[in-house]
Amino acid sequence: MNRSSTTPWLLVSPGAVLFAGLVIVPLVLTVILSFLTYNYDTGIGDGYTLAHYGQILSDGYYLDIFWRTLRLALLTTLLCALIGMPEAYILSRMRKPWRSIFLLVIIGPLLVSVVVRAFGWSMLLGSTGLVNAALGIVGLGPVKLLYTETAIVIALVHIMLPFMVIPVWTALQKLDPMVEAAAWSLGASRFTALRRVVMPQVSIGLLSGSLIVFGLSASAFAIPGLLGGRRLKMAATLVYDEYMQELNWPMGAAIAIIVLLANLVIMLAYNRAVEARARRALG
Amino acid sequence: MAFLTLEQVNKLYGELAAVRDVDLGVARGEFVSLLGPSGCGKTTTLQMIAGLVEPTSGRIMLDGRDITHEKPNRRGLGVVFQSYALFPHMTVAQNVAFGLEMRKVPRAERDKRVGEILELVHLGGMAERYPRQLSGGQRQRVAIARALVIKPPVLLLDEPLSNLDAKLREEMQFELRRIQRSVGTTTIMVTHDQAEALSISDRVVVMEAGRMTQVDAPYRLYEKPATAFISSFVGRMNRFEGIWWPAGASGAVEVAGAMLASETADIQPGTAVTASIRPEKLFLKKGDARLNGHVASRFFLGGHWLFNVETPAGLITVSMPNNGEEPAQEGELVGIDWAPASLRVEATVELSA
Ligand SMILES: Nc1ncnc2c1ncn2[C@@H]1O[C@H](COP(=O)(O)OP(=O)(O)O)[C@@H](O)[C@H]1O
Ligand SMILES: [Mg+2]
Repeated sequence: MNRSSTTPWLLVSPGAVLFAGLVIVPLVLTVILSFLTYNYDTGIGDGYTLAHYGQILSDGYYLDIFWRTLRLALLTTLLCALIGMPEAYILSRMRKPWRSIFLLVIIGPLLVSVVVRAFGWSMLLGSTGLVNAALGIVGLGPVKLLYTETAIVIALVHIMLPFMVIPVWTALQKLDPMVEAAAWSLGASRFTALRRVVMPQVSIGLLSGSLIVFGLSASAFAIPGLLGGRRLKMAATLVYDEYMQELNWPMGAAIAIIVLLANLVIMLAYNRAVEARARRALG
Repeated sequence: MAFLTLEQVNKLYGELAAVRDVDLGVARGEFVSLLGPSGCGKTTTLQMIAGLVEPTSGRIMLDGRDITHEKPNRRGLGVVFQSYALFPHMTVAQNVAFGLEMRKVPRAERDKRVGEILELVHLGGMAERYPRQLSGGQRQRVAIARALVIKPPVLLLDEPLSNLDAKLREEMQFELRRIQRSVGTTTIMVTHDQAEALSISDRVVVMEAGRMTQVDAPYRLYEKPATAFISSFVGRMNRFEGIWWPAGASGAVEVAGAMLASETADIQPGTAVTASIRPEKLFLKKGDARLNGHVASRFFLGGHWLFNVETPAGLITVSMPNNGEEPAQEGELVGIDWAPASLRVEATVELSA
């Protein structure tokens, strides 16, 4: 065999160029930008400084927003897991026509723009919206929903659910349905069989679903932007404001880099846990 | 009174009758096989006993107790699934201990019983392995151990050997019988392999299209198959359509001009009959015999030879033990002989669906 050693490099080069051009270069530029000085009168300067990072990490305003982002993303992930698991299980036990119909119902929302769905939720949750109207009929006073963390979480869960259901459903598909029957025949109740036999085997799907949902929620922009209002900011909306309102691009870049690093650390740690578990349980 | 009885059990899937009017009694300690081609309702029958499929009508009794509508986890029966259905995330020991855990058996006793049953199935050293680290035969034994450790009144096996290769399957048949004997558990095994059913069961139940057509000891099933289907499904069978001509104490079946000798049958002369004889009841010899023909093809099966002989009465299969002598060549003229008593003659019945 006399195959040129350059062939593999040539083959990966289109992908590598695309990746470098669309991911690496902007990322490097952002990192550089985050170290540039900024002056409100003269704009971006030529010198380098760590001031932006220092300010972000010492200012309670920014830390509050980071903390909220983490909290809401975790809450969304947890709710998606709690709702998505039974949903996927029921889906996998459905008969022929219904299964594909309901799978479509679950994936369907992905076909509608996030912005459109966010507006939909703001109409539902507003002070004169459908939810408050319904509460009024039952005799409960109007509840402030819009521009609260509750509204953000509700909408995020709605949008992220398919990303949880699909991996769990895929894991369930791989499961031998007779394994559950075997547990029953050995004396396990339906619930015990689910907990001891089905759950551990779909946990891989659950963990990877959580990873996707957490990552997307922590960096969500449209939902917190439209349902959180001006004051309830999350990381992505904060970056946007720094760029577009304050025009302090280096500060925005520094925030973006911190969010990216935090997300990376959390997801990598989580992924390690997932893999360790997968290797132990399923091989 | 039988230990386990099925009374007029039916299962309909919409228009399709998967199981029809099944009546069966199984005695305590008996090993019964459900034998039939794929799709004849064996698994459905077994799963109705296990409680995984609800019968459309009929009654299932276990030891005098009506269990027709009881939940599977309350029946306490041992089930071995065709796919084994082991819990992939648990070790062999955890798999086997699961049923005991559900019964709240104390830790110490649980460990002891798991150890004992794993010794019984020769898996003593495999307790800490995961199912994926085992061979097919070992997995199958884990599945049996898991079902047996709960000391079930009845053990249900759904094609437990069909995933194994031929050599292993044969070994496991004897292994299964040994385990069943030593524990004494009433056992019902589903299989589509007639050799398997004949070799290890006390009784065989033959199913055709949802119905039970014969329930008999393996030997009687082989010698006196109740239907044409059974005679060809269980072992090989040569069948001839002809006319019965009695002659004193014996008689003959006329098939395309050839007269096939048989014993007396209580049938009117000139009646249309079906004659049948097993290949191993026929003898091949050089020179003239009751029926002459040419060897069309021959197959060497180690222990014996199988000849297909072209005769005036049609193509006949003859099985001869391999006694070390040079057998007849293809194309050679041979004679076929038999003891008249072994040619079964029955009046042809119009088959109704
Ligand atoms: N859940 C079901 N829904 C509809 N038809 C079924 C179902 N299970 C089995 N059947 C049908 O019932 C018949 C018997 O099936 P089964 O008991 O699995 O056969 P066997 O185990 O003898 O191969 C088959 O024709 C099969 O297609
Ligand atoms: Mg079957």
